[in-house]
Amino acid sequence: MAILVDASTRLVVQGLTGSEGRFHGLRNRSHGTNVVAGVTPGKGGQDVEGIPVFDTVASAVAETDANTAMVFVPAPFAADAMYEAIAAGIATVICITEGVPAHEMLRIHGHIQGRGITLVGPNCPGALSPGKANVGIIPAEIFREGAIGLVSRSGTLTYQIGHELTQLGLGNSTIVGIGGDPVVGSSFLEILALFEADPQTQYVVMVGEIGGDEEEKAAAFIESEMSKPVVAYIAGFTAPPGKTMGHAGAIISGSAGTAQAKKEALEGKGIRVGTTPTETAQLVAEIASA
Amino acid sequence: MLAHGVADSRRREPDRLARALDLYEYQGKELFHRYGIPTSDGRLATTPAHARAAAEELGTPVVVKAQVLTGGRGKAGGIKLAESADEAEARAADILGMDIRGHTVTKVWIERASDIEREYYLSLTFDRSAKKPLFMFTTQGGIDIEEVAATNPDALVRLHVDPLEGCHPWHGRQLVYEGAVTDPGEQKQIASIVGKLYEAFVGCEAMLCEINPLIVTPTGEVRALDSKFTVDDNALFRHADIAEMRDVSAADPLEALAREKGVTYVKLDGEVGVLGNGAGLTMSTVDVVTFVGGSPANFCDLGGGGDAQGVVDALEVITRDPQVRAIFFNIFGGITRCDEVARGILQAVEQMGITYPIVVRLDGTNAEDGRRILTDSALPNLHAEATMLDGARRAVELAV
Repeated sequence: MAILVDASTRLVVQGLTGSEGRFHGLRNRSHGTNVVAGVTPGKGGQDVEGIPVFDTVASAVAETDANTAMVFVPAPFAADAMYEAIAAGIATVICITEGVPAHEMLRIHGHIQGRGITLVGPNCPGALSPGKANVGIIPAEIFREGAIGLVSRSGTLTYQIGHELTQLGLGNSTIVGIGGDPVVGSSFLEILALFEADPQTQYVVMVGEIGGDEEEKAAAFIESEMSKPVVAYIAGFTAPPGKTMGHAGAIISGSAGTAQAKKEALEGKGIRVGTTPTETAQLVAEIASA
Repeated sequence: MLAHGVADSRRREPDRLARALDLYEYQGKELFHRYGIPTSDGRLATTPAHARAAAEELGTPVVVKAQVLTGGRGKAGGIKLAESADEAEARAADILGMDIRGHTVTKVWIERASDIEREYYLSLTFDRSAKKPLFMFTTQGGIDIEEVAATNPDALVRLHVDPLEGCHPWHGRQLVYEGAVTDPGEQKQIASIVGKLYEAFVGCEAMLCEINPLIVTPTGEVRALDSKFTVDDNALFRHADIAEMRDVSAADPLEALAREKGVTYVKLDGEVGVLGNGAGLTMSTVDVVTFVGGSPANFCDLGGGGDAQGVVDALEVITRDPQVRAIFFNIFGGITRCDEVARGILQAVEQMGITYPIVVRLDGTNAEDGRRILTDSALPNLHAEATMLDGARRAVELAV
C-alpha cells in the first residue's frame, strides 16, 4: 500500500531535460519508479536515457498513460506547469520547484478544490514509498520499508528524523515533504487523512515548524479523526522573532505561530512531542514496541 | 486635532526565513499613490536642510516622521509636528541619527500635517490559514489593532476574498456597512479604497497592505496617513521596481553580506556558530545546541545546493562575528553532497586561517567521502562527530 506514490505510479517529469530534472528523474527511476515520460516544450521526440520526451503533458498522457506529474521547471514557469498537468487529467502533482510566488499558489489552491486532485508542494522534497517508488529528491538509501508514515514541512529535517528511525530499526510506509511555503497544495490534514486510511501505516510522525497554524489544525484533526498514534516534532523553539507577516497575521491565525504554542496545542490533544529529532524517534520506538 | 502618526507595532509572527520585503512608509505610500489610494503630499529628507526645504515647498505645518522598519517610532519620539520650516529643520536634526529599537534613522518623511476628524483602520492580509486574502476594517483605528481584536472583536470586520473571484464592489459595500460607517461620502470613498487596495495587493504580490490610520478630515476626505507594505520575496523577479526598494543598509551588516553571498543568515547572541543545510534542519540544530546548554551565535542555512564555494561563503559570514568561539556543521546531504561540504571546509580553513574548533557531522549523500576528506586533512581544529546530538554537545563543550 503506502500513500501517494507506489508501484502503480506512472510518472511524467515536467522539466526532465534540465540538469536537475534529469538527475532526479533518473535517480527516481533507479529506485524503481516507473518514469514513463518527460515534458519539455520544443523537445518533443527526444528521449532521456530511453524516457520519451513530449512537448505537452496532454500528449505525454495520451501516449504513456502517465498518472502522476513531478514539476521540476524553474519558478517563473512552475505555476503554468502545474495548471497544465491538472488540465491534462493528472490526479497527483508533486512540485519540487522552490520560489513559486505565494499569490500564484493562492489561485492554484483555489483551482484544485473539488477536482479530486492531490497537489504536493511546491518547494518540497516530494514523496518516497521505500521499496516501491520515489518521486522527488528524498535520498531513498537512508530509509527502509516499514509501518511509519512520516509527514514534514521541511526537507533535510525529514531526512534527519528518517535516519534516526532507521537507526532504531524502524521503517516507513511513505515519507512526504509537504513544503514550507505559506500556501502548499497539501497540508498536514490531507496527508494525515491518507495515512489514516492506509493499511500499511500503523504510526505517524509529523514534523512541523514555526509559522502558520497548520500544526494546530492538525492537532484537532488527530484528536477527532485519527485512530493511529501520532508523534510530533516542532523545529524553531529558539528562533528569534521571525521575518514574515505583520501583526495582522497573528490576529487572523489565532495563534502565536511559535514552536511553544504548537507544542502546547499538540500536547493538549494528547499528542507526544519530542524535543529533539533523536527523542522523537525514541518516542516512536517506545510506542511501536508497546 | 492635528495629525500625529500612530505608534505602529511591526510585531512579527515567527517564521522560518526572511521571505518577504518590508517597505518603508514612504515607499508603501508611493505604491498606494500608484494605485490611486489618496495620501498626503510629502517629501523624503536625509538631512535637516532637506527637511527645511521640503517644509517650505509643502507649506507648514508639517509632520516629520522617522522612516524605520520597526514599530514604536511614535513612542520613541520619531514622529514630530513642526509649525514652521525652522522647526522642521530642528525636528529632523533631532530625529535623524536617532536609534529606534536598534534601527538608526537615516531618512525622514516630511508630510503636510492633516486635520483629523476620525481614524479608521483598513488592511488586506495574506491569510495563509484560509488560503485567501483577508480584509480587516474597523472605525476604531489609530490604535493598536491587536487591542481592538482582543477587547472589542465585534468592531473588527473581517472579509475574505476568493482569489479566483477577485474583489468586487460588494466587498467594499459589505465592509463599510458592517463597519457601521454612516456618512454616504465616507462610504463611497472607503469602498473605492477597498477596491484599489486589492489591486495594489495583487498587483504588487503583497503579503500585507495596511493603512492605520485611514483618516477622515473635517471636510470629509478619506486618506491613508500611514502605510505598511510587505511584498513576497518569491515574486520580486517580476517586480524589479519594488525589488529595488530594498534598503540593504538597514539590514544587519552580516545579514547583508550573507544576502550578497546567497546564504541565509540570522544573527543570534551566543558563541556557537551553527551551519546546516535546509531551513528546518538548521532551525532544529539551533534548538538542539540550546537544549544541550549552549548558546547559538547564528542561524546559517547553506540552502538546497551547497557546493564548496557556498561553504566558504557561509564561513566567511559566520567568522565575521567576533562572538563566535566554535562552529557546528550539521549536514544531512540530499541534493547537498557531503564531499563538497568537506572540501569547502578545508578550503575555508586554509584561506581564512580559522583556528577555533569546527565540529562536523556529515550524513547522507557522499557522507563517507566527506568524512574521509576531513580525516585525511589531519587539521587539529576539525572534530568529526557521528550524530547531530553528539555534534551539538561537542561544539558547546569546545565553545568556552
